[in-house]
Amino acid sequence: MTQHHETNRYEAHGLSNGHVDPAQGQPLGMVIEGSVANGVEVRLDPGVSVEQIKVGTFITIQGTGNRFFGVVTDVGLGSTDPRLKYTPLPVDDSFVLQALQGTIAFGTVSILPQLTMPDVLGDDLRPAAAKSIPSHFSRSFIASQQDVEMVFGGEADGNFWIGSPLDMETKLCLDLGELVKRSMGVFGKSGTGKTFLTRLLLAGILQSGQSSSLIFDMHSEYGWQGQDTDKGVTVKGLKQLFGAKVSTFTLDEEHSRRRGLSTDETVQLGFNHIEPQDIELLRESLNLSEVAASAAYNLREKYGEESWLEEFLAAGRGGSLLELAEELQVNAGALRALYNRMGRFTRHGFMVEHSRVDTASRIIEHLERGQHVVLEFGRYGDDEAAYILVSNLLTRRIHRKYVEAKESAVGGAGKEPRPLVIVIEEAHKFLSPSVASQTIFGIIARELRKYNVTLMVIDQRPSGIDSEVLSQVGTRFSCLLDNERDIDAVLSGTPGSRALRSVLSRLESKQQALVFGHALPLPVVVRIREYGPKFYETIQGGGDSEEEKKRKVEELFGG
Amino acid sequence: MSAQSYTSTNSPNSLMARRIAEVVESTSTSFLAQCYQLDGAPALGGLVRTDSPDIYGVVGRVTTEPLDSARPVLARGEDADSEEDVTRHNPQLARLLTSRFEVIISGHVEDGVIRQYLPPRPPRVHSFVYSCSSEEICLFTTRLDLLRLLLNSGAPHADEIVGACIRQAAPSHGQPDDFLAQACRNLAVELSGDVARLSAIIQRVTP
Repeated sequence: MTQHHETNRYEAHGLSNGHVDPAQGQPLGMVIEGSVANGVEVRLDPGVSVEQIKVGTFITIQGTGNRFFGVVTDVGLGSTDPRLKYTPLPVDDSFVLQALQGTIAFGTVSILPQLTMPDVLGDDLRPAAAKSIPSHFSRSFIASQQDVEMVFGGEADGNFWIGSPLDMETKLCLDLGELVKRSMGVFGKSGTGKTFLTRLLLAGILQSGQSSSLIFDMHSEYGWQGQDTDKGVTVKGLKQLFGAKVSTFTLDEEHSRRRGLSTDETVQLGFNHIEPQDIELLRESLNLSEVAASAAYNLREKYGEESWLEEFLAAGRGGSLLELAEELQVNAGALRALYNRMGRFTRHGFMVEHSRVDTASRIIEHLERGQHVVLEFGRYGDDEAAYILVSNLLTRRIHRKYVEAKESAVGGAGKEPRPLVIVIEEAHKFLSPSVASQTIFGIIARELRKYNVTLMVIDQRPSGIDSEVLSQVGTRFSCLLDNERDIDAVLSGTPGSRALRSVLSRLESKQQALVFGHALPLPVVVRIREYGPKFYETIQGGGDSEEEKKRKVEELFGG
Repeated sequence: MSAQSYTSTNSPNSLMARRIAEVVESTSTSFLAQCYQLDGAPALGGLVRTDSPDIYGVVGRVTTEPLDSARPVLARGEDADSEEDVTRHNPQLARLLTSRFEVIISGHVEDGVIRQYLPPRPPRVHSFVYSCSSEEICLFTTRLDLLRLLLNSGAPHADEIVGACIRQAAPSHGQPDDFLAQACRNLAVELSGDVARLSAIIQRVTP
């Protein structure tokens, strides 16, 4: 029956009758060659100019038995006569050129068929990954709005509207539930709109209420308000949009106060919270030798977990470093270097000798209440070492609690920890191949999905991120990248990456991103939605989801 | 759709008025016709036809020569004031000379339908040859498969014939420019492997 129906439709789009079906979009041309690996080549009809077709445009191809959905990966010029380029032609004779156009000289489009579309949508009839290609002479069309909605889902289905595909006004939506199930990455060189895209995604995650988020806000851009440096206006931060749903922590209270933001809590870290692993991680930013960094382990062994740093610094101040070096059998110079760097580091305002407040627990309390935590670094944001240390330190403790909670939930002794998205910037500093195996973020990226924690990494140098970690990043949002190695890194492990390369390097420098991976059925170039007053309205009109309201009521009244 | 339905609107009388020549030699791909009038041959590339069977063809080569090949033509106008004087003073010339033209067969009518491929049999010798009316040209050149026959006719100047044929057919169509554009596109398909030749022909056709 289905077969019969398909055949009818195929006939309705007959090969040369020029009939346009509104559901089918503008006809382009016919398939002339191709393979599953490299996609199909479509020869454009004489009336269609190559200039109309852009890389990244969605295309449908009506095969004999299937309808395919794909994306333009390349646009080219072809000729039936290889001598064309050497033949002198009367360039000013438009009549001759017109006759050649579309016959001897024609446009070609390379299309990567990604999905086969069902004829009628139903519960068990979703677009499926294409495992074949359309046959010769299949007609191709520019995808209609209907097609795009069928593939990506509509806003009405609870998906988050992130922007529009190229040259279309259709709302392109993301399934946030799927998005937060795996780690995600936002990449792009500086000034391409990573921060805006991240704000938008975070707003979506907050609005959906499906998970909590913890944002290590290096440059204080997400919590209260941020700057649009191009337009010279301020934009609203999450706290302004979501109010009580967002808690802001700060390392630098003064900085926050100056910006007119009353923060919920000020973070203080005790020396007792610092572990030798943290020193290892800071080796590069503090310019410590390997020997110096590993001396921290000896110190911990000597003084114990709680007070090793405190005692070490006291010993240094007392002038007994040489004896200590001898006792620990470590190089005295290395120990002195460690002392100097740590001495300088611990003079930061947020460091205290002994902190009884466990900031990590406070953050977890907020997260468990379904709130989202933004940790502002204030003036320490520019201090790489501080950012790395604090985020690691806190995340390690949060990780530990999540693992415990999840394990007891599996054992039937508690409830599942609420899904958590941890947002880190300058990710290559935590996740570079040399440290990824040690930092907590490396571990989270690799395995914490099982414990309901995923990462959102924001970075401008994805090539600096450990490839093993990068391969775990499920959904990738890539704004313009021009460094070859960065492009390679972002596309690593993605099917059809060769074709996506050309798409990626041709993105516009603003408000455009190539999105691909776990949360999407196929890679797509998105013109990112404007983050401004119109967007705020949809948020403030939105509020809590039904599920969230119910959860809150239950929490309040112990239902 | 490989053929055009064909209904002859020509009454026998109007057809007779357009009679210009008679087939004197015939092959499967072409025939030679002798004109009734000296210099009465249709233009190069013009469409002509025979009657019963209805066979269409395009004029490929026109010759005017002595009837008796053993008697070469001599120049006679040395003392004449004009070219007309030469004919006036030598009235026998019209009887000693004859015009012939070769027609490349481009189609035929079979069961009332125009087919632009070779007929099963060429026209009989002594068949009458008629020039075509404007409507007939328009109807016959609605499809342009004949271009392929002309290009492959083996005539040494096939490109010229094709160009002339398109040029001559264009005014018979309501939208001559559209016809020219369509013809050029058809040519481009036929000559997809030889852009230089194509370009040369199109330039002969350009208005």
